[in-house]
Amino acid sequence: MSTAQIEITGLSKRFSADAPLVLEDVNLRVRPGEFVALLGASGCGKSTLLNLIAGLEEPSSGTIASPKAAFMFQDASLFPWLSAQANVELALQLRGASKTDRRSEAARLLELVHLSDAAHKRPHELSGGMRQRVALARSLAQNRDVLLMDEPFAALDAITRDLLHDELQRVWRETGRTIVFITHNVREAVRLGQRVLLMSSRPGRVVAEWAAEKQDPVALTAEITTELRKEIRRHAA
Amino acid sequence: MQHESTLTKAESPSRPPAQLRPEDDRALEKGLDNLQQETRVQSSWKSSITKALLPVAALVAVIYVWQMYVWIVRPRPDQLPGPLDVFGTLGTLWQSGEAVETVLTSLQRGVVGFIIAVVIATPLGLVLAQSRILRGAFGPLISGLQVLPSVAWVPAAVIWFGLSDATIYFVVLMGAIPSITNGLIAGVDHVPDQHRRVGHVLGASRWELATRIVLPAALPSYVSGLKQGWAFSWRSLMAAEIIATGGTLGFGLGALLDQGRQFSSMSTVIAAILLILFIGIVVELLIFGPLERRLLRRRGLLTGGSR
Ligand SMILES: Nc1ncnc2c1ncn2[C@@H]1O[C@H](COP(=O)(O)OP(=O)(O)OP(=O)(O)O)[C@@H](O)[C@H]1O
Ligand SMILES: [Mg+2]
Repeated sequence: MSTAQIEITGLSKRFSADAPLVLEDVNLRVRPGEFVALLGASGCGKSTLLNLIAGLEEPSSGTIASPKAAFMFQDASLFPWLSAQANVELALQLRGASKTDRRSEAARLLELVHLSDAAHKRPHELSGGMRQRVALARSLAQNRDVLLMDEPFAALDAITRDLLHDELQRVWRETGRTIVFITHNVREAVRLGQRVLLMSSRPGRVVAEWAAEKQDPVALTAEITTELRKEIRRHAA
Repeated sequence: MQHESTLTKAESPSRPPAQLRPEDDRALEKGLDNLQQETRVQSSWKSSITKALLPVAALVAVIYVWQMYVWIVRPRPDQLPGPLDVFGTLGTLWQSGEAVETVLTSLQRGVVGFIIAVVIATPLGLVLAQSRILRGAFGPLISGLQVLPSVAWVPAAVIWFGLSDATIYFVVLMGAIPSITNGLIAGVDHVPDQHRRVGHVLGASRWELATRIVLPAALPSYVSGLKQGWAFSWRSLMAAEIIATGGTLGFGLGALLDQGRQFSSMSTVIAAILLILFIGIVVELLIFGPLERRLLRRRGLLTGGSR
């Protein structure tokens, strides 16, 4: 068994003493360089899990071992007073890059997401897809081994999303990062993930997993969708 | 546990390398980018000239109505002089150098008072925005002071400082500081939590979070606090100048106003009011207006050329 990059054991989370358990006994290992897609119904605790890994929340019990991670939010969350380039440069600066490096590195990252032309535009001048690409460039600027992505493409139209899937896959191959990608879209999970994990709802825990590579995506999508539906129907009563 | 197993084959991605991506995709992406981007609406010079002319037209209309009223109703000139009389008085004031002297005296006091207010109010606002306890203790007091007309401080100031510039500055500060402080506090309060989370994820230290993220995010609210602070400075200054005259005090616009009243010279009174109004408009038009608009436009909070 190779060493894990992210290791979660017996993780539980409730937001206050009288609130219900959001996550219960979650166990998860992610290996270096792995692309994991985490799938679950709305409100099952996916974001909570990712925030816990990123250290944005404290666990109620259990342990999380993860290096500092880059994070990509559902909305691009760019700073509106900075240009695309400056947004990326700020991430470089906060990671401690020197001033001269920042310039060229930010330009290189924007080129990577095909946004060199828009480097000096402000977020409000960009389309949703372009903003998401700036956010991707910014999270890559953090130069961390782990990249956590919380439904980063959920709000985009299908064509833009397709392109960003390609781009993300390319970036993943070129940089060898470990990626945990959250989605509630089964097709997206199957398309991107090497491994697809399914979370249950109330409380959230990892209930099933599939290896997505070298499988027929259509059949796998159908299979996972059936599981997901079953999981959701459990809460009908 | 089944999901602890690491059964996949991560090392050799089976999909084709991305370099083979067809050029079509690049064009598709470019097309989408171009279609979805906000196209900047060039505000035509015609519409901007119209916009600049509107207030001038309104001014002309007011003067016209005023003149007509004076011609038709013939009020006593010591009650309401016509526009021509007032302009005549303005001309005299200009030639005697009094207009320049009073404007400069008041403007200098206003600016100095405002700058001192900014220097005091800014750290005060930052401290109050940071500390929940201090905020709970002093927040209501400062909001209360913002509502209190600062003229109310004039008698106290005269008793403490006599008829000196200190009196004037004290009143100006009491007028301006609460607005600026509150603007800054409101700005920091309304920084979206998401900005702080992003800062945290990007690895910002506490200091970096404050200077690189919270302060820039709070800037528009701070500037609108400054703008309001200036308005309060100017008003308080006039009130103080009207009431506190003589002594070692220089001769400002408020004193001119008071002098007009003493000499029952209505045209001096109106001329002084026009000068006070003029300074207020100029500062708004030349400084705070453009500053605020620029800030908002850069953040996409101001749409196109409307308004
Ligand atoms: N800060 C919080 N305080 C209290 N409850 C919270 C908080 N954040 C999330 N929750 C609750 O935890 C549960 C899981 O929320 P979470 O956002 O993790 O779900 P999700 O799977 O990401 O959903 P979605 O697909 O809608 O993004 C929800 O019931 C939510 O109400
Ligand atoms: Mg979520």
